[in-house]
Amino acid sequence: MPTRTVTVGSATGLHARPAKIFVEAAAKAPVKVTIRSGDRKPVPAKSMLSVLALGAKHGTEVILEAEGEGADEALDSLAELLAKDLDADHG
Amino acid sequence: MAEVLTGIGVCAGTVAGPLLWIAGAPALPAPTTVTDTEAEVARAEAALASVVAELERRADRATDGTIAEVLRAEAMMADDDMLREGVREQIEAGQDASHAIDGAFASFREAFTAAGGYLAERVADLDDLRDRAVAVLLGLPMPGVPSPGHPYVLAARDLAPADTADLDPDQVVALVTEVGGPTSHTAILARALGLPAVVACPGVLAVPDGTLVLVDGATGRVEAGVDEVTVKAATEAARQASEAASGLTGPGETADGYGVKLLANVGSAKNVPAADEAHAEGVGLFRTELLFLDRAQEPTHDEQVAAYREVFTAMTGRRVVIRTLDAGADKPLPFLNQDGEPNPALGVRGLRVARQRPQVLTTQLAAIAEARAQTGADVWVMAPMVSTLPEAKEFAEAVYAAGLPKAGVMIEVPAAALRAADLLGVVDFLSIGTNDLSQYTFAADRMCGDLADLLDVWQPALLQLIGICGEAGRAAGKPVGVCGEAAADPLLAPILVGLGVTSLSMSPRAIPQVRAALAARTEADCRRLAEQAVAAPDAAGARALVS
Repeated sequence: MPTRTVTVGSATGLHARPAKIFVEAAAKAPVKVTIRSGDRKPVPAKSMLSVLALGAKHGTEVILEAEGEGADEALDSLAELLAKDLDADHG
Repeated sequence: MAEVLTGIGVCAGTVAGPLLWIAGAPALPAPTTVTDTEAEVARAEAALASVVAELERRADRATDGTIAEVLRAEAMMADDDMLREGVREQIEAGQDASHAIDGAFASFREAFTAAGGYLAERVADLDDLRDRAVAVLLGLPMPGVPSPGHPYVLAARDLAPADTADLDPDQVVALVTEVGGPTSHTAILARALGLPAVVACPGVLAVPDGTLVLVDGATGRVEAGVDEVTVKAATEAARQASEAASGLTGPGETADGYGVKLLANVGSAKNVPAADEAHAEGVGLFRTELLFLDRAQEPTHDEQVAAYREVFTAMTGRRVVIRTLDAGADKPLPFLNQDGEPNPALGVRGLRVARQRPQVLTTQLAAIAEARAQTGADVWVMAPMVSTLPEAKEFAEAVYAAGLPKAGVMIEVPAAALRAADLLGVVDFLSIGTNDLSQYTFAADRMCGDLADLLDVWQPALLQLIGICGEAGRAAGKPVGVCGEAAADPLLAPILVGLGVTSLSMSPRAIPQVRAALAARTEADCRRLAEQAVAAPDAAGARALVS
């Protein structure tokens, strides 16, 4: 299964504005993407509550997974998003 | 039959409409047995969907970008596949919709709490969402300020900043609270929005949701159970008054061209658009308390600079009179540790805080100076609760030492009013805070509804003290303003001008009517009325001169 391991780049971690941006992007992906941290159960990347509940901070490593057509492209763009500092990007 | 209730009027204006209560969180009902699982799931999902819809509607309407973003984030949390899945599992296990929603949120609540920090603070959002969904299921109004889509009078025990962050002035036409005082959050908010408001009105507790009420924010009178005709007449009168006043713009002046500066009271840059709309010539009172309220720690120098700069920038080229922290008494600040004062109104408040914590003032003055240096506003600084010449002198020296050009003091204590001429020897201007000057002149607590008559701004003794300040200003050739609620009373404005007041600062919404009132009188008229008002035997006699 296509997988990406990413370090959260947002200074405040994966909540508030960064979580919102990530979840919105995941909801638009053509495939079902999951996210997990460590060996916890993967959760849907488009579930705001689940993503928040990961409690991922700046520097936390998270694993994205998806299957099906377009999975690699979707994972690439989501991984890129996660690696950025979404708090700094107010454009 | 209309019933008359009495409270303290904190923002003038007469309006009418149905009274709606701010709703509290609903209690979870007793569990019920579910027979049709699918129907129960549909019910729960529909409740969540209406919560999402309501939050999005509020977000669309919010004029403040930050508030809109917070509301949208909350909406996303309620519009969640995993939440819906959790609700379904709970219902399939035999729970009813309310308990299933409670249970589904509880699992996330646990995870948020365990994560700590920022997420632990978001637990309140989860609880709020659950309460909203449960309210929908029970057919109760959603917790918080109602949004019925039509004008109404908002009733509450008291209002907290969180309740009113996105209060819609197109729907809320007046505020009535059971408790609170003239300087409570409710009162500050009412003045900022120009909403007629009555606080300390215990009788309102007995008024059921939907009752038609007539609210007079000047006298503190609330008539409950009026008829439609009264509501229509009051609404029409308010509309006509504002229409008549809105025809006039430009600087304030009397019929014969004697200039009186009409300024706005603001709490933050959020109030500046309203000030502009009313053609305010500047800000006569920039309250800095909002930044300090609910803070365990004093705001940092940089935070203060940012907040002041926002207002100064918006007022480039215009006057901004900024008041240093007015803490204490009814506005206790946690970081000042002022617990245990037996009589806070007569205790360490306003400038007196600097006796114990001088660095709070020093930091604030430095932040004001830095914000001023970065912007182009004409910044004047004044201190609240000054009583003596040495206090005024020491404050003025601190202001000048910070590199600020204009120092003034508020006149709220009779001792200061009596010595206005002396004070003007060491400061550049005076600003009369009529609310506190009333309280201290009549030894009547502003929070005490039973003494409202003593606190009437038409009391001749109060007018006399204002006159002493006005005379001192004329003699020294220095400005004397009024920034209490008295300045917003169109009937009183000509009398204040006659007493020697050179600027009136009020909530922006009151400016058009005050401008119209001044334009109708000559300066000589104002002086004659002022003389008669001071000579009147009582407040009613003074008021009768102009009404």
